[in-house]
Amino acid sequence: MPSSDELKQRIESAIPGARAEVDDLTGGGDHFQATVTSSAFAGLSRLEQHRLVYDVFGPEVGGPIHALSIKTHSSD
Amino acid sequence: MTDPENPIRAAVQGAIDEHPTILFMKGTPEAPACGFSARTVAALQSLNAPFAAVDILPDPRIRQELSAISAWPTIPQLFVGGELVGGCDIVMEMYESGELAGALGVEEPADAPDAAPAGADPAPGPLGIENRLG
Repeated sequence: MPSSDELKQRIESAIPGARAEVDDLTGGGDHFQATVTSSAFAGLSRLEQHRLVYDVFGPEVGGPIHALSIKTHSSD
Repeated sequence: MTDPENPIRAAVQGAIDEHPTILFMKGTPEAPACGFSARTVAALQSLNAPFAAVDILPDPRIRQELSAISAWPTIPQLFVGGELVGGCDIVMEMYESGELAGALGVEEPADAPDAAPAGADPAPGPLGIENRLG
């Protein structure tokens, strides 16, 4: 079962310069909320920013990670 | 484009192409089956935005084909003019920033009912709900 810490580390190692805060919304290890700040988001649409985060987890989103709510910020 | 090999994919793509605003969700606007879908419906309804809705739950292939088309893994998914706008997080951010009404091509409703200009058009009719895939 994925943990918030594991998701945080995977986001931060996959997206250059990213800082992530990840909360387990239900404590059940399947509904997460991630707030991610990265310079990699500069110039990207919100849709593209969220895709970068989803892409870290591929098919796990919708599988073991039932829900991943995302908020992104560009750090310029 | 119809693909005789993949009727579900063709039906999903057809629905996206046909409806100016279409929401793929879990459950129906009247009875959403997931909090993310419920919040997205509420945002659209509060703007009086007409939208078609498709419940993806009756057949897992709907979600599979939808995500293959949109390259977006989660539900709900809102499309306007054939383009993916986003899921619940993006729709809610756009709602809160005031961008959503513009993206949907509707007026931001006035806060006070009596702020409506005299002789304004009557309120839009019932939402256009249609489930072509259920």
